[in-house]
Amino acid sequence: MTTGYAATSAARGRYEAWTPARGTEIIADHLAMEGATLPILHAMQETFGYVPQDAVPLIADALNLSRAEVHGTMTFYHDFRHEPAGKHVVKVCVAEACQAAGGHVTSAQVSKALDCAFGETRPDGQVTLEPIYCLGLCSCSPSAMVNGRLIGRLDDEAIEEIAAECRS
Amino acid sequence: MSAHKIYVPGDAAAVALGADKVAQAFADAFKAKGLDVQIVRNGSRGMHWLEPLVEVVTPFGRRVGYGPVNPKDVGPLLEAGLLEGQSASLYLGNVEKIPFFAKQQRFTFARCGIVDPLSLDDYKAHDGYKGLARAIELGGPATVEEVFDSGLRGRGGAGFPTGIKWRTVAQTPPQQKYIVCNADEGDSGTFADRMIMEGDPFTLIEGMTIAGLAVGATKGYVYCRSEYPHAIAAMNGAIKIARKAGYLGQRIAGSDYDFDMEVRVGAGAYVCGEETSLLESLEGRRGLVRAKPPLPAHKGLFGRPTVINNVVSLCSVPFILANGAKTYSDVGFGRSRGTMPIQLAGNVKYGGLFECAFGITLGELVEEVGGGTFTGRPVRAVQVGGPLGAYFPTSLFDTEFDYEAFAKKDGLIGHGGIVIFDDTVDMARQARFAMEFCGVESCGKCTPCRIGAVRGVETLDKVIAGQDRERNLQVVEDLCHTMKLGSLCALGGFTPYPVMSAITHFPEDFGRGAPLSVAAE
Ligand SMILES: Cc1cc2nc3c(=O)[nH]c(=O)nc-3n(C[C@H](O)[C@H](O)[C@H](O)COP(=O)(O)O)c2cc1C
Ligand code: SF4
Ligand code: FES
Repeated sequence: MTTGYAATSAARGRYEAWTPARGTEIIADHLAMEGATLPILHAMQETFGYVPQDAVPLIADALNLSRAEVHGTMTFYHDFRHEPAGKHVVKVCVAEACQAAGGHVTSAQVSKALDCAFGETRPDGQVTLEPIYCLGLCSCSPSAMVNGRLIGRLDDEAIEEIAAECRS
Repeated sequence: MSAHKIYVPGDAAAVALGADKVAQAFADAFKAKGLDVQIVRNGSRGMHWLEPLVEVVTPFGRRVGYGPVNPKDVGPLLEAGLLEGQSASLYLGNVEKIPFFAKQQRFTFARCGIVDPLSLDDYKAHDGYKGLARAIELGGPATVEEVFDSGLRGRGGAGFPTGIKWRTVAQTPPQQKYIVCNADEGDSGTFADRMIMEGDPFTLIEGMTIAGLAVGATKGYVYCRSEYPHAIAAMNGAIKIARKAGYLGQRIAGSDYDFDMEVRVGAGAYVCGEETSLLESLEGRRGLVRAKPPLPAHKGLFGRPTVINNVVSLCSVPFILANGAKTYSDVGFGRSRGTMPIQLAGNVKYGGLFECAFGITLGELVEEVGGGTFTGRPVRAVQVGGPLGAYFPTSLFDTEFDYEAFAKKDGLIGHGGIVIFDDTVDMARQARFAMEFCGVESCGKCTPCRIGAVRGVETLDKVIAGQDRERNLQVVEDLCHTMKLGSLCALGGFTPYPVMSAITHFPEDFGRGAPLSVAAE
């Protein structure tokens, strides 16, 4: 028997296709909340893999906000995607504690191994590479998050594993 | 009940080092051997160089550790008698005797790494909910005074006395009030909030409940950064259990007080750790910093009186109530009372969390506790207090870990993170990064921060390229001056700390070899 909690990471590759009906349903699930905007945007992204442009007016109507407000909120935060990400999402920490442990070199290696620049999705849609500012793994840096999975002490072997995973 | 019990941390740092695979390997081995062993996914003890650190309870009730354990070690360890606590390779004995652990004074993190994070029984068996019982007995006003008397200051960075903040909210007329827990923990080099939420989530629930009782608030929110999926899962799990057991909801623990809480998830914006930006975000807007006054204590979440405190501040409260303000305030240094969970990070040999009384010197922390760098090279600089904290050279290692002592050296202790760099560090690049980070994360409300940071990067690039070194360094200094004086919050206001400390203490890194290097990349 194992006790404990399990962190849920987005069920990769099993995102639903956007439909206004599904979007409306998600919004309805959150209407009883105070300050529902961020929870709704998160739920949209978890369901569809990004926040579809068409969701914005629906959210605005339901929460009695202007479209500009919802759009402004969505664009303020680094997390919310405006278009689907690649099949694999690799986030590499570029903050100070990871820099101190050689992060400048490892992050460049990851980029090279994936043939993908930071902040971009490779043209074949296979991988998205993003910088991230601290995963709270600063005592076992440099660190990364690959498809929701945490990796500490990123070394050559780990980078090779990431590259292999992203080829699948 | 299972015949044996082993602990394999579910803490994110342990998981990042393979703890899930180790737990799986144990589960598979037990199944294959037909053994009935309970695997507890505990928090981390904070000795991260030993993670995954597996502990077993021996037949004599002793708890002994092994680490760092790799999945391939599992078979041999079981063969060697791990379940009986036999000495084998990776054997650590009683992990509380390891100097890094033995030297600590664990008040706030007393249970972290020891208990099953999601067992309320375990929590109560380890003094859990004693603080709440005492607060119920004392009532609101006396609870506020107890926290005031403890000398507790905000652990989120600013070091504001928690008791004063609570008094202010308690004195507002009865109405809907809120307790907001700041779990945005954006500072690089810090992970104390994450560790305690993952390893001992009931402590945060108890701390927030006591805060609610103290000031007359019935609703709490934990605003947790999205980079912490394990902490979010642990908190959500614990909240459900507490609610079911009557520790959240109406008439908590059979008292006349009501309190409930929920977790909200941030969306990757550093500035949302600033308290008013966080409130904007909770309300569903862009995280633009609000001008003060009004203080959140008067007009906070949804315009209501709000206590907003850091995770560690709130998690210190159950200990204070259970053991008395005096026990807490008896330790410490100057006006910094109690203990601080200090986080050793970056290029460090013994990285992790070290809770101790204020007053220990920076040098002791880095050289003795942390053991210097893991690369084995000399320490050259340490950044204390996150991306807005100053870089310290080794010549300042006699500085005591204390809010005032650090301020005197043009630095800050912030949330207690220390990032260690060896002698390969390029301090001009670090200064440039501080400006770049400020530019990326600026909420955009004030010009000195929004534009200053961008100009700062450009100008430092010129310095690094060896262009007109003296004049451009003067421009950087002027920019820092303007940012310091003209910014609404500490993002723009404190970015000058890392930049200027790097220039002041490590001038040789700025524009080395100028002007010959102009042609170089
Ligand atoms: C840019 C910026 C980021 C901040 N980030 C955090 C954070 O991540 N966590 C935190 O507790 N406080 C953070 N603070 C400090 C908060 O504004 C506030 O002082 C704190 O939440 C108050 O709680 P405390 O008194 O318990 O420390 C930040 C401040 C600034 C200016
Ligand atoms: S200093 Fe920067 S982050 Fe802070 S309020 Fe001004 S623009 Fe926003
Ligand atoms: S700085 Fe990279 S994990 Fe914290």
